[in-house]
Amino acid sequence: MSVLHYWRAMAGIVGRELLRFLHQRERFVSALVRPLVWLFVFAAGFRAALGIAISPPYETYILYEVYITPGLLGMILLFNGMQSSLSMVYDREMGSMRMLMVCPLPRWFLLCSKLIAGTAVGVLQSYAFLGIAWLYDIQAPLMGYVWILPALVLVGMMLGALGLLLSSFIKQLENFAGVMNFVIFPLFFMSTALYPLWKIKESSEVLYYLAQYNPFSQAVELIRFALYEQFNQQALIFTGAAFLLFMGAAILGYNPSKGMMVRKGGGD
Amino acid sequence: MTQIALAVENLSFAYGAKKALDNVGFNVQSGECTILLGPNGAGKSTLFSLITRLYDAREGRIELCGFDIKKQSLRALAKLGVVFQQTTLDPDLSVTQNLRYHAALQGIGRKAADARIQDELERLNMFERRGEKVRQLNGGHKRRVEIARALLHKPSLLLLDEPTVGLDMPSRQAIVEHVHALVKQQDLAVLWATHLIDEIAADDSLVVLHKGQVKAKGKLADVLQATGAADAGQLFNQLTLGPSA
Repeated sequence: MSVLHYWRAMAGIVGRELLRFLHQRERFVSALVRPLVWLFVFAAGFRAALGIAISPPYETYILYEVYITPGLLGMILLFNGMQSSLSMVYDREMGSMRMLMVCPLPRWFLLCSKLIAGTAVGVLQSYAFLGIAWLYDIQAPLMGYVWILPALVLVGMMLGALGLLLSSFIKQLENFAGVMNFVIFPLFFMSTALYPLWKIKESSEVLYYLAQYNPFSQAVELIRFALYEQFNQQALIFTGAAFLLFMGAAILGYNPSKGMMVRKGGGD
Repeated sequence: MTQIALAVENLSFAYGAKKALDNVGFNVQSGECTILLGPNGAGKSTLFSLITRLYDAREGRIELCGFDIKKQSLRALAKLGVVFQQTTLDPDLSVTQNLRYHAALQGIGRKAADARIQDELERLNMFERRGEKVRQLNGGHKRRVEIARALLHKPSLLLLDEPTVGLDMPSRQAIVEHVHALVKQQDLAVLWATHLIDEIAADDSLVVLHKGQVKAKGKLADVLQATGAADAGQLFNQLTLGPSA
């Protein structure tokens, strides 16, 4: 297989995902409505209740809406990653995933291409959200919007890989709803997306440690620092390591001889 | 010269303790349509999953055009065109967009892909509908597009997993005739899984699968002679419903 073959296949997979995204405008709108409701309603309501002390990367007191914005970007990527894997479970049920797996390219490459395609959609959604937030007067330094790109890509890949891993365990679409509840909500609420770590520590020591080592917290902090033109090494290492771990396990999950799909059975 | 496009040897597979295939073996020759006949639950889809390497078999061996599916899987899969039982086209994309996507996965460039798409769609009388969304096509037309897609990269072996299920009689006949014509014109090897007796042509080869085991194989006429059955229907009942089944 030539390099050109790999390139064409990846371009085809990413192009198809973007084309589907363009055709499904309601998917784009609904992906934005969720974080915007949190920003306009939840954050506005909690602004008075939750005071945010000065802590890096912020150099002054900030509004709760400003604090919550990176967490909501994480939410977009989290839901997008889960939606991508949901579509993979659907694709597998409907058979189009089988079509992809039958093409003469290594499975790890096909899964990575799927992941890149899903992440590209998530990054587009994130920038659309940032644009609306800008109009709502939540404005980061201009260069922050450039710095944030690699952070969004890495976080999108990490959460997409988690979704991919989950999809390898799930045989039917119905089972996915339960996993969504057991994965999305704990990941999101046990993180620094809505409240800073010190605030969590005030109420529960256990929750504090869970939130600290939650890969989603690290992902949100990576985005938060990048948006303010700062680099958070710990967050990068954690997020990168989580990506490698999830991706490795997902590739194993889709391995024809070792994967979960064999154990789950299928066909007639 | 006739070549073996697919060789299946001593293949066994189980889902946990449940045995799905038991020591299955047969060949599919180029220029020949082989019908894989079996009732629901016979193991046909499992066999297809192994041939397409969705799963790996722990026992037995599968070769596509001389390439081992486990050891040389990419070379083997490059020789394969597949139409699965369920439609695998993207309903929100047009016929051309679906076919271009498949061409990209096979490493075919845009210009060559468009030429091949035109050829295949014209052959199936679908070229005029190339711009329509798949969602707007009926079941028979979707199947034609899937066959065109499976042939786009010029495979040596075409796998068809019950491609006519749910279609009306004229659509079924059109697909049966088209595939048999392809076998003759392009020297293509076809493995066609079905439980519909009337899809078997007189010069087809036959593999009868029941409860994961091959009950009979060979040219239809030879199998009928060996079993004493009057026709394919009687043969099917004899092998899958009879006391020895």
